[in-house]
Amino acid sequence: MARAAVLGRLTWQVGTVAGVRDETPTARTIMLDVPGWPGHQAGQHVDVRLTAADGYSTQRSYSIASAPGSTSLELTVQRLPDGEVSPYLAEVLAPGDPLELRGPIGGWFVWDPENAEPVLLVAGGSGVVPLMAMIRTRAMSGSQAPFRLVYSVRAPDTALYAGELADRARSDAGLDVTYVYTRSAPPGWPAPAGRINTDILTAGQPAQPGQAVFVCGPTGFVEAAADLLVDAGQEPRTIKTERFGPSGGQT
Amino acid sequence: MGIVSRGFGGHRRTGGEKLPPGQYLVTGFPVLSAGPTPRIKLDSWELKIRTETGESRSWDWAAFRALPHEDITVDLHCVTKWSKFGTAWQGVSLDTLLTGVETTAQFALARSYGGYTTNLPLADLLHGQAWIAYSYDSADLDPEHGGPARLLVPHLYLWKSAKWVQGIDLRRDDEPGFWESLGYHNYGDPWREQRYWGD
Repeated sequence: MARAAVLGRLTWQVGTVAGVRDETPTARTIMLDVPGWPGHQAGQHVDVRLTAADGYSTQRSYSIASAPGSTSLELTVQRLPDGEVSPYLAEVLAPGDPLELRGPIGGWFVWDPENAEPVLLVAGGSGVVPLMAMIRTRAMSGSQAPFRLVYSVRAPDTALYAGELADRARSDAGLDVTYVYTRSAPPGWPAPAGRINTDILTAGQPAQPGQAVFVCGPTGFVEAAADLLVDAGQEPRTIKTERFGPSGGQT
Repeated sequence: MGIVSRGFGGHRRTGGEKLPPGQYLVTGFPVLSAGPTPRIKLDSWELKIRTETGESRSWDWAAFRALPHEDITVDLHCVTKWSKFGTAWQGVSLDTLLTGVETTAQFALARSYGGYTTNLPLADLLHGQAWIAYSYDSADLDPEHGGPARLLVPHLYLWKSAKWVQGIDLRRDDEPGFWESLGYHNYGDPWREQRYWGD
């Protein structure tokens, strides 16, 4: 059973950077080879530990972007301007470097490909990372569960995985991707830039029976999206959230 | 010591000896919750303590707020690595709420509106270590931070300080709560870095 992935003691492991891929001007994906990686569930995260030459060390959590069973373990890191860890991961770390991590962590904000019920994913900014792991896991597992991603970004050039999401949505009728632009929409976009709202979240439909919802993003975004969904009739217990504050988990 | 990260200097934000291992200091107040913030009306709010024999006592909001309260200034440590120093709360001590309760229970399970639970030894709720807090920074506690009232057990990782607390069950046996069933440590002492199972 999938829970077995978190049953043992989580020891620190050393991964090796196999490659890096720029996703936006301020975010990149780190591909890691982790010998003996126990596997993970879509939506889980890892703890990363950096250590300076004098022994000072610090830890942060990062969501896993890759599907279980992928050739490498992928983390997508959004560089925060005054961050301590994210600028290092997003700019300094290079192929061949070791990186200490432990995981996978978290048994709640996870999607199980055995579950065929419809899924609504709601992402704010870099909150899309664990949801991308779910989309990739769905594709890799051959799941037919209907997936809908509502992805709120400031502007088109801040969207992570834009090309891959467009390709996947084009070739897969079971995956719908809807963008919300909060600051500037692309030319010709049918709606002005603005915040997420009920019509976008529900696509104008009543809540689908059995629909599972995953919401991930900054605190204000998650609070707003979850409140709108509850108002629209989505059962609170079916809404799983993961939040990071402005000075919270992921710097 | 871990392997050295080539080219990593670090910020070394000053936390000194007040910062448990693996934590870093923040000035904001991040929010972490597993689901939507529950909507709780004060006129139907209730706090109930149940013992292992089924005895119970409960307070409505007015009765709860009429209890003696304390000003509390404590450091918070979240398992997601942030710590925040010198947070100021008002709340009612669990010593006050449990005065006169007859129990031989060793364990407690806190239950929250919205279905969240967390477990801890009863001893960790006693002797000035735990409160039901209703005010933060001289204002009503925000719903996203657990308002109208939350458990506050600052010597353990913050997930033990159940938001939106509704009741506390005193138990003979230790029943793992929500996160404790999902890979997080059963006790959660920040100073021993008890984040996950097996730590």
